[in-house]
Amino acid sequence: MKSTLLLGSVICLSALSSCSDSSSKQNENASAELKVFADQSGKLDIAGGTAHIPVMKAAAKEIMQFNPQIKITIAGGGSGVGAQQVAEGLVQIGNTGRPLKESEASRGLISHAFAVDGVAIILNPTNPVASLTQQQVIDIYSGKITNWEQLGGVENPISLYTRDEASGTRAVFFKKLLKQTPIAKSANVVPSNGAMKTSIANDPAAIGYSSIGFIDDSVSAPQLDGVTPSNEACLSGEYPITRKLFMNTQGEPSGITADFIQFIFSPSGAAFIEKSGYIAINAPE
Amino acid sequence: MLLSSTSIDTLSRRVLFAITLAVLGLIVALFAFIFSFAAPVFMSSGAELMSSNWRPENQQFGITAMLKGSLILAVISTLAAFPIALGVSCFCLIPKFSKLAKPVIVVTRLAAGIPTVVYAVCALFILVPLVRQSFTASSGLCLLSAIIVMIILIMPTMIVLLNTQLAPSFQRHQLTANSLGMSDEQVICKVILPVSSKALASAAILGFSRAIGDTMIPLMLAGNAAQSTGSLLDSARTLTAHIGLVIATEKGSPEYNSLFAAGFILLLSSLTVTIIVRRLEQTHAAHD
Repeated sequence: MKSTLLLGSVICLSALSSCSDSSSKQNENASAELKVFADQSGKLDIAGGTAHIPVMKAAAKEIMQFNPQIKITIAGGGSGVGAQQVAEGLVQIGNTGRPLKESEASRGLISHAFAVDGVAIILNPTNPVASLTQQQVIDIYSGKITNWEQLGGVENPISLYTRDEASGTRAVFFKKLLKQTPIAKSANVVPSNGAMKTSIANDPAAIGYSSIGFIDDSVSAPQLDGVTPSNEACLSGEYPITRKLFMNTQGEPSGITADFIQFIFSPSGAAFIEKSGYIAINAPE
Repeated sequence: MLLSSTSIDTLSRRVLFAITLAVLGLIVALFAFIFSFAAPVFMSSGAELMSSNWRPENQQFGITAMLKGSLILAVISTLAAFPIALGVSCFCLIPKFSKLAKPVIVVTRLAAGIPTVVYAVCALFILVPLVRQSFTASSGLCLLSAIIVMIILIMPTMIVLLNTQLAPSFQRHQLTANSLGMSDEQVICKVILPVSSKALASAAILGFSRAIGDTMIPLMLAGNAAQSTGSLLDSARTLTAHIGLVIATEKGSPEYNSLFAAGFILLLSSLTVTIIVRRLEQTHAAHD
């Protein structure tokens, strides 16, 4: 019994140590941007906007695979949480999908804009409605239009979905698309871009909005005033409902934080940004 | 022997007394803490908070719609789950059904330990589409879905509590009553239940507290629309889901302050119902 236990633990330990050996062999093929992280170790905590998460995750994964001594954690919570937590020093990078408010900026936070993101209306894929005007969207969300047949769809009462008040996605939607018209009280409130996508994908009568980067085959994005929401349309200015994605730090960043921010601005970072469906902004000179 | 047995007794009695005082102190401190955070909010904007309009962009921070949602959810869930729980636990007491009772108790004990978020996620993918298809007026995210899942959530805890409380009483009286010619069901209905008002009250209070205090189920299933509605098929928000949604706003803003008021009202509702049920139980016991 004792000898089997001993044998078993020796086998486990040797398997574990061989795992770490194989990952260090990847170091030779790493790009120059990654090599900055070669001899570093430490922790980096990131929290905030849910739209930023795919980009942050991809970058963090590559860095942590390159150098297992670095630990990067990524949390959501929305733009409000991001600004709050970085101001309190709970995280090193707070992501927001909107510019900082005065009360937040006055706490010494510095913003680094790294991507442009559009916010588009999303519908369930089974919904035949393929285009909407801005006025129609305003009327739907204020409760004036209540049934899909008024828009050329099937007879079904419209289910409204919106985000919670601390959301950066909601802020740009409310300001630019709804032109500050109050949203109907009966709208369902969901707490993240991901939850919005799941709700719309499951409800045939649903209408919601999300960051363009999150849109995939499970939802459909109708044309807005004749423009199909896409990254090219955002870049050219044809699609006006856009916002910048920001990383915020307390004062000037240093150490792993500064290296991570530079990594996001580098060509590898730009590749992650494009892959997640956003448009990369170049680093400020 | 360094310590005599009597001095070990006094020592342990003192230690236990100290621990009890500490726990009591913590509970009182909790109430005092919430009250001290909520009082300034009520002083400065009490009337505002008690309106039924929640529209932060219009400077309206009324939370009564959420209070209504919480109360409807908790009261209906408890009223529906309690008779079922009582029935199941009485069923498990009867010796002739003991073969079926054993697996029921085991499964119920396991179910009582399942985290609420698991129920909420399962219901999101199974119950919500069902409600949406059965009732065309609803998107599936409504009070009805939350109530159904809440009933499933609080039932196991109530069953386990009732069973452990009623079983000893039943053991004591069963043989005597049977020898007098009473059947097992008559023993339960006429002998055990009338004197077990304390156990019944405890189970009801436990179920109600769990129902009014749960966050994940109303957050994921009830739709979170900040409206005061009479229909179970409409989207509604509870105080707990409200706290969960609004906590991401900036500290010091009126929305954030409304959370303290919401927490205080939640505590107050729970306390009120507990006192009412205990009062009813005492008057019932006094009648016998």
